[in-house]
Amino acid sequence: MKNRAAYFGVFTALALIFSYIETLIPIQFGVPGIKLGLANLIIVIVLYRTDWREALLLSVVRIILAGFIFGNLFSIVYSLAGGILSLAVMALLKKSDRFSVTGISMAGGVCHNIGQLIVAMIVVETYQVGYYLPVLLVAGLITGAVIGAVAGEVLKRIRNLSFQ
Amino acid sequence: MKRNDLILAGAILAVAAVILAFQFFRQGNGEQLVEISVDGEVFGTYDLTDDQTIKIGNTNRVVIEDGAARMEWADCPDQICVNHRAVSKNGESIICLPNQVVVTVVSSEESGLDAVAQ
Ligand SMILES: [Zn+2]
Repeated sequence: MKNRAAYFGVFTALALIFSYIETLIPIQFGVPGIKLGLANLIIVIVLYRTDWREALLLSVVRIILAGFIFGNLFSIVYSLAGGILSLAVMALLKKSDRFSVTGISMAGGVCHNIGQLIVAMIVVETYQVGYYLPVLLVAGLITGAVIGAVAGEVLKRIRNLSFQ
Repeated sequence: MKRNDLILAGAILAVAAVILAFQFFRQGNGEQLVEISVDGEVFGTYDLTDDQTIKIGNTNRVVIEDGAARMEWADCPDQICVNHRAVSKNGESIICLPNQVVVTVVSSEESGLDAVAQ
């Protein structure tokens, strides 16, 4: 139990570092608030090494902390929608056992952006933001694939570590 | 990577391509207009070829210049809308989320198919 709490702290810190790096990358997807989702790397690793509950807790804690430190209330709502939808889809696909880490991470990246786009549509009450959907789909696919490939390598190397 | 991963990637790319194609054919030949909405309600529609400055309450200011619209000033905390590049193509938009202001380029003709029929 003691070990588990310590690992959770380390993962939260790592995820926050990724959130910070993301604020330094000036990529605009056209829809305000949408980010690359680099912190998803940590979420994918935790999802594989522990379970979806742990990953969900980490995701929510990470988003709220990052929102207070680097963002605002809007960025928290955005990220929560993206983070939770992405995690739900990844957990389901992982359970189906039909995809590798890369495939699951790609789906996660795409859903991360879709979740945020849905919030944007609700907030501004217009479907016009859908114009950027193709860009967001491809961006999510690419970042997801990269994150998945890195996560796969990391998972191979930490196979013998126990986080429980 | 498994074979299923590639199928998934292909499916996502196909969806993106279909939406892009749809957007391409939707480009009207009519006049390009700038529609500004606040809180989901239309605030005003402006000619994209007319250079002008539009004040939206006390929160945002849009400038139309050289056939493109940009957010010149906003009092929002994130300033994402101000940093957004100018929009000029049908469907493109600038969104100020905190102030719920949306600036969208629309065509005076609803769809490209109508233009072909004429
Ligand atoms: Zn703004």
